[in-house]
Amino acid sequence: MAEIAIKKKRPKNLDLPSIRLPLPGILSILHRISGAVLFLLLPVLLWLFQQSLASPETYAAAKAVTSNFLVKFILFGLIWLYMHHFCAGIRYLLLDLHKGIDLESARLSSWIVFGVSITLAVIVSAKVLL
Amino acid sequence: MINRIVVGAGYGLKDWIAQRATALIMAVYTLILLVTLGALSPSSYEAWRAIFANGFMQFMTFLFFISLFYHVWIGMRDIWMDYVKPDGLRLMLEIATIAALVGYAGWAVKILWRL
Repeated sequence: MAEIAIKKKRPKNLDLPSIRLPLPGILSILHRISGAVLFLLLPVLLWLFQQSLASPETYAAAKAVTSNFLVKFILFGLIWLYMHHFCAGIRYLLLDLHKGIDLESARLSSWIVFGVSITLAVIVSAKVLL
Repeated sequence: MINRIVVGAGYGLKDWIAQRATALIMAVYTLILLVTLGALSPSSYEAWRAIFANGFMQFMTFLFFISLFYHVWIGMRDIWMDYVKPDGLRLMLEIATIAALVGYAGWAVKILWRL
């Protein structure tokens, strides 16, 4: 029975640019991209964490590195990606519990995720980077 | 569950749960850290170090890192499975991911236990 169901023909559209991604879709792909980017930059972040804790000298050196405007901008971007991953992740946990699975609330919760994550990123960056 | 086709491997339930359990731990830690930073506003090395030298925060930070590395493994394996089709290359990337994460775990221990 199950094998028949798997072999059933499904519609396919491989012309991806012809699809306008809805907001929950943008949230979803950003969740994946943010995860991958944070993974790739893990060694840099661990290094920065280590420098900030090892000694007063390395703390000062880490402070000097992060006082650069470009570094600040990149760190702000990373904080936002983390906050997006965090908020979108909580939304997925709620979806797992069948909370807000109808179209309207799924769209609304996507707006909330973008709003809250950007707000959190600005607040945390102001606190940590300024 | 009665008519499922046996394919010989696991069904991913363990990973599915682990991904969510580690996510919850990291979410709780994120909130704890945000509240701590908000309340203490550490502006010197001593204040910054004191946060992570505290026994509870040291334990929680270590738990966060271990959860993070397990969570990253599940997520990155999903990404490699979705986009990298040649088996050999995918296996190489998966091994490299595990190697990096195990290394980072040792590194995290070193950072935290020096405090």
